[in-house]
Amino acid sequence: MIESVLFYTFAALALVSAVVVIAQKSPFYSAFGLIVVLCSLSGIFAVLGSPFIAVIQLVVYAGAIMVLFLFVLMLLNVQRETDDVGGSAPLRLAAAALASAFAAQVAAVIARARIVSGPEQYEASTRKVAELLFSPAFLYVFEATSILILAALVGAIVLAKRDL
Amino acid sequence: MDALLRLFSLIPGWDQNVPAWASISLAGLLAAGLCLGFISLGPVGYVYVERKLAGFMQDRLGPMRVGPWGLLQTIADTIKLLFKEAIFPAAVNRPLFVVAPCLVVIGAFMGFAVLPFSPTWQGTDLDVGAFYVIAIGSLSTVGLIMAGWASNNKYALFGAMRSAAQIVSYEIPAVMSLIVVVMIAGSLSLQQIVAAQAGGLHNWFLWKFFPLNVIAFLVFFTATLAECNRTPFDIPEAESELVAGFHTEYSGFFFAMFFLAEYTEMFVASAMVSVLFLGGFAAPLPVLQTVAGFDIGPVWLIAKAWALVFVHMWLRWTLPRLRVDQLMHVAWKVLLPIALFLIVVIGGLLTAPATAGGFPWDPWFGWPLTALLCGYLMLTALRAWRWHARQVREAVA
Amino acid sequence: MPPTLSSADFLTSWSAVLLYFVAAVGFVAGGLIFWWVIRPSRITAEKLTTYECGEEPIGGAWVQFNVRFYVFALVFLVFDVEAVFLLPWAVVFRELGAIAFLEGLFFIAVLAIGLAYVWRKGDLAWVRLDDRVSP
Repeated sequence: MIESVLFYTFAALALVSAVVVIAQKSPFYSAFGLIVVLCSLSGIFAVLGSPFIAVIQLVVYAGAIMVLFLFVLMLLNVQRETDDVGGSAPLRLAAAALASAFAAQVAAVIARARIVSGPEQYEASTRKVAELLFSPAFLYVFEATSILILAALVGAIVLAKRDL
Repeated sequence: MDALLRLFSLIPGWDQNVPAWASISLAGLLAAGLCLGFISLGPVGYVYVERKLAGFMQDRLGPMRVGPWGLLQTIADTIKLLFKEAIFPAAVNRPLFVVAPCLVVIGAFMGFAVLPFSPTWQGTDLDVGAFYVIAIGSLSTVGLIMAGWASNNKYALFGAMRSAAQIVSYEIPAVMSLIVVVMIAGSLSLQQIVAAQAGGLHNWFLWKFFPLNVIAFLVFFTATLAECNRTPFDIPEAESELVAGFHTEYSGFFFAMFFLAEYTEMFVASAMVSVLFLGGFAAPLPVLQTVAGFDIGPVWLIAKAWALVFVHMWLRWTLPRLRVDQLMHVAWKVLLPIALFLIVVIGGLLTAPATAGGFPWDPWFGWPLTALLCGYLMLTALRAWRWHARQVREAVA
Repeated sequence: MPPTLSSADFLTSWSAVLLYFVAAVGFVAGGLIFWWVIRPSRITAEKLTTYECGEEPIGGAWVQFNVRFYVFALVFLVFDVEAVFLLPWAVVFRELGAIAFLEGLFFIAVLAIGLAYVWRKGDLAWVRLDDRVSP
């Protein structure tokens, strides 16, 4: 019962702040809104019984990626959006089409979803996650991840070399 | 919280009449209240001690006017701060300007939820405890950037950016040396990390794989020092160049909140160092763990943390400030390679059956080295004190 | 039987975190309200200027920042992700034996190459050599 209340509280918080992210004109408000979204997602993970994922969510997304976003905002010196929203008529038409396509997609997912009353019981402790991650099934994927991270690092450095 | 729940069930009829959710909520809020009291009274003591220490080290008297030996100085300062007006400069972004100090304080405090003061005196023994503390610490970076940006003040923003860059840089060596401890303990739960160090001073992780873990300890301690923005890593609030860094525009209680957060972070970081390397609430001798049947684990943890807080203060008045390029050099080119090297070497030693439980000489180094260190420190303190007393005598004569 | 917190049930193990958060928010809000009640307010125009050691501030503070901050944040992010992968490895590698250790070793080696690359390119220095040479 309390789990459900918490779940819906976090979910509502995530949705509301996601709307703030889009609706705000100041990029910094959007960024801080996004941090609230990510923290609520972390709360959802905790409620669903995955403490390790919840903490990763905080460390990697709210802690690292958002700091990177904020630094990029500082670097690019992004100003407040001006009020002339909308743009040309074809652009608006395209936006409307994309939005309705997205809405249809979401509706399809929700219609087909299997609604469960509460979180199913399963154990996702750090140990369980680790044992799965380092089992032979995921060995290759895990090592491939390190190559991917290396590639990301090299790419980031090369991009930063360009004059901004 | 467990301890409080047990206390509650001692009350006759409590378990029958009070629902579980109510007693858990009550215990949690009570425990949090205790910790909040501890962190809000703490700075009154820390600031006084720090100012007295600074005075002693610089051959001055420190605060002397308010109360005997200036004992009431910080209380007077607190009252003064509370009666200051709130200044919101015209250029600030008001909502974020208010939210930022709250975020920083709450972020600094949340670490208390998992600090183990004894097997039962702990908010909660999370399965990911050590990682959780790191995660909460990384959130306060966001609060700092928010404070700097909302202030719309050049000093504040520069201080915040420097601070964020510094905290994120030192977070990596901190996590890497945390991994060394996790490898040895085989768990992220702080309770189990302490349990793995039980049985006396020679079992503390500081003395495991001597001298490798001593290096890991130094890496972790340096990294936490930098994450607290303390000298020699205090360029974010370098008084001589940035006025006060990210809290330049804050007045009154807001300013006090940043101070509270700084000292809370200092305590939490020191307590984490004690838990990971110095046995946490475990006494140096198992005999000293209980006094008259009571577990005095909290006393040991707080004593160890305070000893490390003292080292923070001591370093502050001893070392000059690092330049920003030196700072990044230390984090990325010194501490990080050392920590990675330690992970590989200690991982290898743990995998080899002969050394899985530590080096054979591990038990022999802890006590003599601790005794030597303590003796040397006491001798130095004594000599400094006598020199200070002679100076005072000569000044009077 | 008193309710204990040692069970694997999530609500019991995370309830303390939630309650601590609630208490901290209450503490901060209470402090701010108390301060709001007792503090004086005698605002003048001079007090509302941005502090710049007595000079009139020229322009806002929201200026473009050095690209170095961005580079360090990126490198930090990469190593943070690495640490996130290494933590579960550190928890279990002893039980899984030598294979798991070698697995982790390979992972660390690849990232050490990354560190060496960034180091060699001079991006771990706050003042890069070519920054200094070019005007």
